[in-house]
Amino acid sequence: MKTTGLQSVVSTFREIKSRAESQWQELCNSGKPVVMVGAATCGRAAGALGVIRAIKDEVKKHKLDCPVVEVGCMGHCYAEPIVIISKPGYPPICYGHVNKVIAERLIREFILGDDPCLEFVLGALEANELVPSLSDFPRARFEKKIILKNCGHIDPEQIEHYLANGGYTALVKALQMPPEVIINEVGRSGLRGRGGAGFPTGQKWEICRNAPGRPKYVICNGDEGDPGAFMDRAILESDPHSVIEGMIIAGYAIGARYGYIYVRAEYPLAVHRVRIALRQARKLNLLGKNILGSDFSFDIRLFQGSGAFVCGEETALIASLEGEPGIPHHRPPYPATDGLYGKPTLINNVKTLAYIRHIIDNGAEWFASTGTEESKGTAVFALAGKIVNTGLVEVPMGTTLRQVIFDVGSGMQNGKRFKAVQIGGPSGGCLPESALDLPIDFDSLTDAGAMMGSGGMIVLDEDDCMVEIARYFLEFTQRESCGQCTFCRLGTKQMLEVLDEITKGQGRIEDIDMLSRLAEDIKAGSLCGLGKTAPNPVLSTLRHFRDEYEAHIKEGRCPALMCRDLIAYYIIPEKCERSCDACVGSCTTEAISANKKRIKVIDQEKCVKCGTCLSACPPQYNAVVRLSPPSEVPASK
Amino acid sequence: MTKEQAEVKQQTKRILNRFGRKRGNLVPILQKVQGKLGYLPREAMLEIAEFLGIPAIDVYSVVTFYNQFRLNPPGKHSIRVCLGTACHMKGGYITLDAWKRRLCIDRGQTTPDREFDLDIVACVGCCVMAPVSVVDDKPQGKVEPTKVDGILLSFKLKKEKQGKESQ
Ligand SMILES: Cc1cc2nc3c(=O)[nH]c(=O)nc-3n(C[C@H](O)[C@H](O)[C@H](O)COP(=O)(O)O)c2cc1C
Ligand code: FES
Repeated sequence: MKTTGLQSVVSTFREIKSRAESQWQELCNSGKPVVMVGAATCGRAAGALGVIRAIKDEVKKHKLDCPVVEVGCMGHCYAEPIVIISKPGYPPICYGHVNKVIAERLIREFILGDDPCLEFVLGALEANELVPSLSDFPRARFEKKIILKNCGHIDPEQIEHYLANGGYTALVKALQMPPEVIINEVGRSGLRGRGGAGFPTGQKWEICRNAPGRPKYVICNGDEGDPGAFMDRAILESDPHSVIEGMIIAGYAIGARYGYIYVRAEYPLAVHRVRIALRQARKLNLLGKNILGSDFSFDIRLFQGSGAFVCGEETALIASLEGEPGIPHHRPPYPATDGLYGKPTLINNVKTLAYIRHIIDNGAEWFASTGTEESKGTAVFALAGKIVNTGLVEVPMGTTLRQVIFDVGSGMQNGKRFKAVQIGGPSGGCLPESALDLPIDFDSLTDAGAMMGSGGMIVLDEDDCMVEIARYFLEFTQRESCGQCTFCRLGTKQMLEVLDEITKGQGRIEDIDMLSRLAEDIKAGSLCGLGKTAPNPVLSTLRHFRDEYEAHIKEGRCPALMCRDLIAYYIIPEKCERSCDACVGSCTTEAISANKKRIKVIDQEKCVKCGTCLSACPPQYNAVVRLSPPSEVPASK
Repeated sequence: MTKEQAEVKQQTKRILNRFGRKRGNLVPILQKVQGKLGYLPREAMLEIAEFLGIPAIDVYSVVTFYNQFRLNPPGKHSIRVCLGTACHMKGGYITLDAWKRRLCIDRGQTTPDREFDLDIVACVGCCVMAPVSVVDDKPQGKVEPTKVDGILLSFKLKKEKQGKESQ
């Protein structure tokens, strides 16, 4: 690029940035208290919007000069709704499980008065004398936030917040670098794609840059079809500009003119925020014709995916962008040479693109200094299931599963015993206790029979049946199979039927071998990753939890007491309290009645095994139990 | 053509005016039309096919391929039971059963009085509160069979109250 053009880029940007910085300073350092509320989907589901209303009303009532800002997800989803209050003279303090009443108290007692209401504190954001800070939490020792750093600390609907926190400096730097140098930098950083397969990003960019054909496209894959994952959604909702900046840099590096952000329509808030972010970036000419006065033009459109898991696969995603059903094509040719409308197309995951600005800003060596030999940087997981601290975590590659689950996630809920962790969703697998000391990276997880996947991590305890979870994932992939490959279409169906029978206690011991054989055939006979990985949940549970399959088949017993056909609910007469009717009222099908002695009895014919009576029975009696096999229920006298 | 069908045609046309005649616009068009009408009636699909100059069967194949599109009218209230991994393992399937039992419909269906429609979704991102049901676009946590009854009761009470007020 000509140097005169570059000078104007730098000076135009300097102006934009300084304006944004003064806005940010005005918010943070003008002596006013500031209230921030986490209002990503997780926060909203827990009632964040009501909290915001309550806070605003209270602020108005007392005529306070106190801005109320909506921010994204901090990752502590277990403690939503979360409120952060910065008041001069105090460190910024983060409160958890805030409801309307607490919110009003915080305004009255902390903002108006001077009592920081320590009983509701989750932690402070900075080290201080008064309250323990979040960085003193045991989990902080294991976390390293790169792409989640801004999440929950800026308003995603204000580009100024992003700019004031170092945003778009990488773009300006990149525009002054020759594209080959950028690609080289990304390559040397060791960044591998976070969409699941872990393909080296620099290499993909280079192939795409060298491919003939114009125009070239950049696609951000935000389909996130794994039914237990929400990292990409959280990033798009909490820090959309980081992804957009990564895309623009990618576009410049490979010589593309257009980009698409593909977000699933089931993520309305992410769609909304990305749309706003694109508009704001365009307005400041960070996007569009002659970006910041340079001779590079690039624009991004938003495309809403219509809910099909297979559309996360890159060739299917392209088909759906072209208005076709999302059916994968054979690869090669790869999209990098032959993608959208037959043109060279770079597809990267949301997280992959979010790393780019940090790599350009801080250099390849900085990025490569975190992680393991083969997997550099950090890994982002959505922790869910029977774990205490559900939410988003970002840890260096190479951290062990045990550290993530027990140190960052604070271990199991209700003191239950850990049984397995499911990683990688429908393409991944379940790993047992013995695998907990594995370091998290692309290769070790694959060797153990799971997969890095997109980053969903579901923790399972003694009450979760391993045959059932395998059946669940197979049902999912079977439903989502596009139907083009016979093995995937019919093979998964047959495996599902076998698993259905096993969970109903009608399995035969030969079925186990049949499952393994079918699994191998489906892997070999499917075109795309969906079919190739669909048997993984079954294979990994067969490998690590074969005894559970055998208990179902040989004894008609579900060891986790989960499979409904293999359990019965029973009220132990000796424990049942005659004056208590809690279970009778709770039963949704009127299956429980009191006998002559006022002992409650379940009518097994009417019982639908929903478990409501088990939770209704007061803990001091604990009279309701599950028995497996159902024949364990004593005949009624 | 019935009046209702003519109305559907008109509304579809109005939306189509905002789009170019490009195959790549098919999915966005379908999304907009469904956003307006609540579902994709036959007349709307025919209209779209003609506009884009593609066979009607191609429109139908796209509509039936993607989970987002519906072929039957929605109910006044939408119930979406989360069957993401976390919700399933915490009993989402039991909750789904409870909804089915109470509404007397299967997933993908609308009650005959068009009050409720029932379907499933995969992870809405609030696994912390599993099992989740999204009621009228609002995710609600810990929806177990008794809460299903509670939610339905509150709808019933609201409706009765409205009925009384309008009298
Ligand atoms: C069935 C299937 C589903 C996929 N779903 C996603 C997804 O939801 N998000 C994603 O980024 N990649 C997904 N992928 C991987 C993409 O095909 C592609 O490898 C990825 O977007 C490339 O980006 P990366 O190099 O940044 O990882 C999926 C692949 C398969 C086979
Ligand atoms: S699995 Fe239901 S919200 Fe995530």
